[in-house]
Amino acid sequence: MSESNSATESKNSGIKKIDDQGILKGVEGLTPEKIESVIQQVITNETGARLKVYVDTCVHCGLCSKGCHYYLSLNDPKFSPAGKVKQTLAEIMQKKGKVSPEFIKQAAVIAYTQCNLCKRCAMYCPFGLDVAYVMSVMRRICHKLGVVPLYIQDTAHSHSVTMNQMWVKDDEWVDTLMWQEEEAQEAFENLRIPLDIEGADLFYSVIGPEPKFRAQLIFQAAVIMNAVGENWTMPSMPGWDNSDMCMFTGDYEMMERLKRCHFESALNLRAKRIVMGECGHAFRSVYDVGNRALGWRMPPIEIIHAIDYFNELFEQNRIKIKKKFDTPVTLHDPCNVSRGRGLHDKARNLVNATCSNFIEMVPNREHNYCCSAGGGVINCGPPFKNARVESGKEKARQLLEAKEKGAKVVIAPCHNCHGGLEDIIHHYNVGMELKFFGDIIYEILDLP
Amino acid sequence: MHDLYSFFTGPFAWLTFIVFIGGSVWRFSSLWQLAQKKDGHVFEYMDTKFALRSIAHWLVPFGSRSMKLNPAMTVVTFLFHICLFITPIFVFGHVILWKENFNISWFTLPNAVADVMTFIVIASCIFFLWRRITLPEVKYLTTPSDFVILFIVAAPFITGFWVYHQFAGSAFMTIIHIISGEVMLMAIPFTKLFHMFLFPFTRGYIGSEFGGVRMAKDW
Repeated sequence: MSESNSATESKNSGIKKIDDQGILKGVEGLTPEKIESVIQQVITNETGARLKVYVDTCVHCGLCSKGCHYYLSLNDPKFSPAGKVKQTLAEIMQKKGKVSPEFIKQAAVIAYTQCNLCKRCAMYCPFGLDVAYVMSVMRRICHKLGVVPLYIQDTAHSHSVTMNQMWVKDDEWVDTLMWQEEEAQEAFENLRIPLDIEGADLFYSVIGPEPKFRAQLIFQAAVIMNAVGENWTMPSMPGWDNSDMCMFTGDYEMMERLKRCHFESALNLRAKRIVMGECGHAFRSVYDVGNRALGWRMPPIEIIHAIDYFNELFEQNRIKIKKKFDTPVTLHDPCNVSRGRGLHDKARNLVNATCSNFIEMVPNREHNYCCSAGGGVINCGPPFKNARVESGKEKARQLLEAKEKGAKVVIAPCHNCHGGLEDIIHHYNVGMELKFFGDIIYEILDLP
Repeated sequence: MHDLYSFFTGPFAWLTFIVFIGGSVWRFSSLWQLAQKKDGHVFEYMDTKFALRSIAHWLVPFGSRSMKLNPAMTVVTFLFHICLFITPIFVFGHVILWKENFNISWFTLPNAVADVMTFIVIASCIFFLWRRITLPEVKYLTTPSDFVILFIVAAPFITGFWVYHQFAGSAFMTIIHIISGEVMLMAIPFTKLFHMFLFPFTRGYIGSEFGGVRMAKDW
């Protein structure tokens, strides 16, 4: 698959020529009648006053622009949050759903690839209008119309077939765990990755890409768990994957199945709580979106992100380190766990407990810029890669600023952020190394 | 002229109050009912403490990062909204009308102060117009109705300024002033001006989400 994206701009939009078979083929089958009926279905059955108020209350002041890294990077008003609403739901509501297939094509590109659903703009709009919610409604409409970027739809298909994001078969999952167990035993004698232990203190879940591409992260987590003597377990059957691309395609029915499977997997084992690996979107899916869809105000079982867990290990003095990591580091606050769960202070505690030289990037905490990969944007794949990296220009500037102050390593406790930042670092020649907290802790861990 | 004056300060004024209050109640209650039917989560997550925390930060000048990034807009917006509300309620000419018609009265602003405040509203509207025409991110969002709304808001103040300073044709302008004020009030329930009533709810809801679920600041 070619990674190039044609640079011809169409006349009236900020969208470059679309080279995505999921969108193009999907639009081919649309008629104005079908579009109108699906839109009416979504608007009348699935939304209410919230959407109406968000679209109607916007006074077009433009203050949200500075909240959006797309706008800041590209300096084009079509990429401002309100600008994206104007090109999607505002027009749809004004025309009561009477829009063309061509309109849906553009709207799909905007909703799926020009918004990371990072919710930063809600902090810049004086009214607190939540444009991420509006974009999610647009994605929902596109999903119901069958107009979804090919790559992310493939991961959604994988979810529906295997209950994980990466087409990992049941035997491959267990096989991967056993392989990592064996690898880790070289560092740590008698190390186990305990499977299906009932009543464990901690149920550890990861995202599909960990066994698929980053199996060493499972190995590192196993070493840390063993080093601190944790009473933990992982499930041998589906439910191990906490990720959720269906949440981002707008396939909420499938999202509910996935979240139920994950929660039940832990609850069936009577685990005391779930600890999840360093992933942002998965955290959003279990802590904020998926549980609500299933009717739980908050998750039905305590569920904490790795930042929280690692921080706890240090606060309770359960972990011994040889010495602090001494290369100067900076910290990227992932949207879904800082703006999404306020873990930025714990993340800083953890940095200070593990590293001797910490340099802040600015702005930070709730105000940090997204990596441009979140919200399923990176999962839309190669057809949108160049555009995604261009929209990370502001992020690159922020990274370079931290580098000038001396930072050599970026800690990013989120998989999507890793993917996005890796591309940004490469494209803009930032020359910094990326790490998870797990990488750092594994490196400095004092093994018994 | 006198007949016109009587009509716009009499029956039409009553119509204005009915449309403004009735329309606002109708719009608000229809949104409320729709929310109860369709947006259960809004009521579930709404949290008084976090809602007020967020509203407070956004009602204090420079209380949010967004305001710090846009200092001119912040100063103008605050002055504009304060003057927009205070001036018509406390200007001497209006309080006299309340006294004459309903025999109720209250504190009045010194004329010079009211004059300056009126001027601030007009100047702010010019600033907003300038933003709409020149700033690309605002220009892109601007629709014809945004200009109409700006004009509806500016008109009572421009005409009021005119009448107070007795410029040419001020008798006729008095009637235009009354009509423009009435048009503004009647427009509130049916235009984006309704944001004055929705602000506490939109801000309060996102404040509740950020405070109660996301455990993060939203300013």
